[in-house]
Amino acid sequence: MTAGTADNDVPGLVDRLFRREAGRLTATMARRLGPGRLGLAEDIAQETLARALRIWPFRGVPDDPVAWLHTVARRLVLDALRHDTAHIRHAPALDMLAETPPLPDAAFADELVDDELRLLFMCAHPDLSPEMRTTLVLKTGCGLSVEEIAAGLLRERTTVSQWLVRAKKRIRDRNLSLDMPAPDAVPARLATVLDAIYLAFNEGWSASAGDRVVRPDVCLEMLALAERLARHRITGMPPTQALYALLTFHCARLATRTDTDGNLLLLADQDRALWDRALIARGLATLARAATGDRLSEYHLLAGIAAEHAIAPTFDATDWASIRTYYDLLIETNPSPVHRLNRVVALAMASGPLAGLSELAELESDAALVGFHLLHATRGELLRRAGRDAEACVAFRRAFDLARTEPERRFLQQRLA
Amino acid sequence: MAQFLLLLRDNPGSFSSLSPAEMQRIIGEYKAWAEGLRARNQLHNSNKLMDGSGKMVQHNGTSVTLKDGPYAETKEVVGGYFLIEAADYAAAVEIARSCPHVRPGANGSIEVRQIQEM
Repeated sequence: MTAGTADNDVPGLVDRLFRREAGRLTATMARRLGPGRLGLAEDIAQETLARALRIWPFRGVPDDPVAWLHTVARRLVLDALRHDTAHIRHAPALDMLAETPPLPDAAFADELVDDELRLLFMCAHPDLSPEMRTTLVLKTGCGLSVEEIAAGLLRERTTVSQWLVRAKKRIRDRNLSLDMPAPDAVPARLATVLDAIYLAFNEGWSASAGDRVVRPDVCLEMLALAERLARHRITGMPPTQALYALLTFHCARLATRTDTDGNLLLLADQDRALWDRALIARGLATLARAATGDRLSEYHLLAGIAAEHAIAPTFDATDWASIRTYYDLLIETNPSPVHRLNRVVALAMASGPLAGLSELAELESDAALVGFHLLHATRGELLRRAGRDAEACVAFRRAFDLARTEPERRFLQQRLA
Repeated sequence: MAQFLLLLRDNPGSFSSLSPAEMQRIIGEYKAWAEGLRARNQLHNSNKLMDGSGKMVQHNGTSVTLKDGPYAETKEVVGGYFLIEAADYAAAVEIARSCPHVRPGANGSIEVRQIQEM
């Protein structure tokens, strides 16, 4: 080890190795034990990592830590099955484990990624609720603990535990399988996987309640997961590339999203010199790969918008006309409040605050948007830009009353001052 | 210089509730600690003892008996040892103090014993 290298950078003990392997060990053991025994597979993955923690401090990190972990996990599965009084039922699994010869490295690596993928497809199964999918993807796909998920999703630990218990029960009750979807079913099933990843990312990017608005840990885990899917031969389809590009652009400016006190910083106020240029370059290259498909997914459009922001020299010099066009297309397929509001912002930046305000008036007549704090915050900004400060204050006050997180409230307080 | 044996005791079950990321971080701490000793030529060797109880062989007055132990009932077991080099007890204790085994919340303990030279 060279001086000054962080421990996590040494070969063999790469950053996030344990989180990644927690997911992969669970995936491999779940395939061998059957999806109905996902809980046992998780326990074995955890116990395997705990063994490493007991042994490696004395013996050193093995030359091939991944192979070490998987060998130990296989032994633990064998032990568990032997001690299981109902082991007759699992005899095939036992034979398979005992007889499977160690695979050559390349094939082993492929098998690991495939197992992980099967598990992800199951975790994001349409039969599971959105909460179940998000927590399962975070737990089994990313190796986050229940505490970390609870912190990331800003829920009670017991709530997260209950979601997981119910999810595992439903997997058993509905007999969800760990089979790879048939080739023609992959795009549709992949869509739910990508949606679960994006949902989990957004929980990290913009927490829905509480005192911290950004959870970088959740964001970076989802970026790593999206990267693995983008590199995989089955899942590396254009929408996956687009999602990976989108998350890359977002992560490039993760550090500037809040100030040192945890206060939200608007895109206009972020220090662009601190954006991660290497990540932006990677995002642009990925977006180019995403452009090979014949279908324009929502992630393509969102990544296109994020790319415009990432390459703009300043907030005012951003290509707002292009961004508005992207939002026009997005609203055609998904007229969500956030997309419609962002389109108004792009329009106002391209054509002036008065044009934005007249578009906003249309949104305000929509009952679903009346209680949406960002709508009122946006109106406040546009009114302020139009020089109508008294009306702006009323709008900011309304937004403040509706805001959900402390940093959002602090931010609006500043706008009011 | 004298040699010292650091016997690291812990509760094998206490690691089970840590998250994967925490486990990896703690391994990194031990690794850095051991590498620091090695860089100063103070680490002779280290080994992990297998978990589970060992065997106790003793004479009970009439014959030699064998039983499990000695740790079958205790919560703290010797997980492993480090054989190190230090100037004196005080220096060996300082090394033990800096070991992640006794970091806050670790619930581990280290027995420091000097190797008899002559």
